[in-house]
Amino acid sequence: MGSSIFTNYEEIAAVLLFVIGLMNLLMQPNLVKKIIGLDIMDCAIYLFLAAKGYIQGRMAPIYVDGILSADHYINPVPAGLVLTGIVVSVSVSALMMALTICLYREYHTLNLDEIMMLLHKQEREEELRLLSEGAGEGDT
Amino acid sequence: MTFVQNFPFFSIILSMFCAIVSSVLSGKAAKWLHLAMVTTVLFLSLGVLQYTLVTGESYTYMMGHYPAPWGNEIRIGPLEAIMAAAFALLMLLSVLGGLDHIEREVLGSKQNLFYILMDLLMSSLLALIYTNDLFTAYVFIEICTIAACGLIMAKKVGRVYVSAVRYMIMSLVGSGLFLIGLSLLYSITGHLLMSPAKEALENILPQSRYTVPMTVILLLLTIGLGIKSGLYPFHTWIPDAYGYTTPAASAVLSSLVSKGYIFLLIKLMVRVLPYGSLAGQHMTNVLFVFGIIGMIMGSVDAIRENNIRRMTSFSSVAQIGYIYMGLGLGTTAGMAAALFHVISHGAMKALLFVSISGLCETSGGRMDRLGLKGAGFRHKIAGLGFTVGSLSMIGMPLLTGFVSKYMFASAATTAEPVKMIAAWIALAISTTLNAVYFMRTVLVLYTWVPQEQREAKDYRPSGTEDAATLGLALMNLGLGIASPPVIAVLSKGLEIFG
Repeated sequence: MGSSIFTNYEEIAAVLLFVIGLMNLLMQPNLVKKIIGLDIMDCAIYLFLAAKGYIQGRMAPIYVDGILSADHYINPVPAGLVLTGIVVSVSVSALMMALTICLYREYHTLNLDEIMMLLHKQEREEELRLLSEGAGEGDT
Repeated sequence: MTFVQNFPFFSIILSMFCAIVSSVLSGKAAKWLHLAMVTTVLFLSLGVLQYTLVTGESYTYMMGHYPAPWGNEIRIGPLEAIMAAAFALLMLLSVLGGLDHIEREVLGSKQNLFYILMDLLMSSLLALIYTNDLFTAYVFIEICTIAACGLIMAKKVGRVYVSAVRYMIMSLVGSGLFLIGLSLLYSITGHLLMSPAKEALENILPQSRYTVPMTVILLLLTIGLGIKSGLYPFHTWIPDAYGYTTPAASAVLSSLVSKGYIFLLIKLMVRVLPYGSLAGQHMTNVLFVFGIIGMIMGSVDAIRENNIRRMTSFSSVAQIGYIYMGLGLGTTAGMAAALFHVISHGAMKALLFVSISGLCETSGGRMDRLGLKGAGFRHKIAGLGFTVGSLSMIGMPLLTGFVSKYMFASAATTAEPVKMIAAWIALAISTTLNAVYFMRTVLVLYTWVPQEQREAKDYRPSGTEDAATLGLALMNLGLGIASPPVIAVLSKGLEIFG
């Protein structure tokens, strides 16, 4: 058990980072910190894939020196997955940042908890207004 | 290879191409292009359905030059084809049902962007239905999420940004979990295509190797997709997301987007997981429990809600619970029932959301129960639509909701006794709760009001919206009356799905 933790230290690091990122994304009330958490989470997965895809002493599968044996090369697919994943996570982060800007313009705070509290307050006021209107209609 | 076999590929590419072209078109042109595209996809899917039913088998279609297990491919059978056709039909009717609202509520210069998002959503849903590759599925999950987020923000008033940000956060957690699960699965099997991955797992799992990692992987994949489709404890984003946007977007989000993820989960369960594996059994048990809790708690939340659109959104949580309960039974009959409910719930929810928009509009934008008093007299067709949808939700015979409930109840008999009894009790409780909140709302709509309140003020009637409401009501009725052929196709497709 102990030895496998030592040999798989990259994967362990990746999983730890993933959990840190995930918790940041879920728990941080600050929207910018949430986005940072999201990026940490995604990068942890890319670290995991990159670590899985690399074998010590082998090369990228580019055919130059006339070596045809597959033992000489690593699997290129994980690297491809990482690249695709990066593209996806960049676009998602961009969207989140745009949303954050919109929210800041609307509510003048980056704290999601504060925004939610503000909304609840507005909703309660609205409900009370509708109720009093309804009561007024009932009287006439 | 016949020409028909190209149709699934054509429909994915067509919808994507329309999205790209729409970026330089005006709102009106983009609208017509979208409607034409969805209609074309509908007919293409029906053609594929007919073809796969005649040949009676599914086929794989190479996307690119490399054959399996290296290249990317899509796989098409009757199940995929009928799902694609149903999704296209629901998309068409939902967009028609909210057409005039889109023109009023979406900023004029940005209307083509709305249709771009709709096109992208269609293409990602089609790709999720057809793909046989795990990583492709991940990429399209993200495209679907981004498009859905845009749709939530379509109406730029009030709290849509908050809804969108909450939706994005939960969705991103879901896709993060899905991606790490996918990476772990790839590191065990060495394949991204589903069928070779299954072969690899069939070799590994009987030797009791990788039992713990496999359980973790399944947990990650299931929870990831569960969060995205609104499974009970992760449902908090649903009422916000469906409750405040334009009606067409609400209808599409609730009836299609969450179903795309569920279909992918079913695909993982059938096509990747070896039949009867221990980890798979754990997964179905977990889904069953969450599904049952969702069925009841979703309805309880709906009863406590005063806003009619949020109430209908909470009812989605309950209905998603039904689907997961069906999957959790762990039998083929349960899965068939879940698949039927995917279509059936789509038809019901689209109808409800489309008719709610008409009802609220004739009530001066009020969405609370008090404000909606007598709305059924003010807008007769929307009132009819809401009534049909509600009756269908409750499970009135002749409507599609009844067939789903009947299928779930009879599928429960194929499962173990404990699950059977739990499923029946949950169905009974949930049906009663459904009846409470839907019938209460229908009664409010038809409460007696003085004659002057029966006239709709400042309301612009819309022929397309009425036609779409009637179309969706007919779809509910049709699925209810003519369910046997649909069920036959679903079970036939499920047989050759794996």
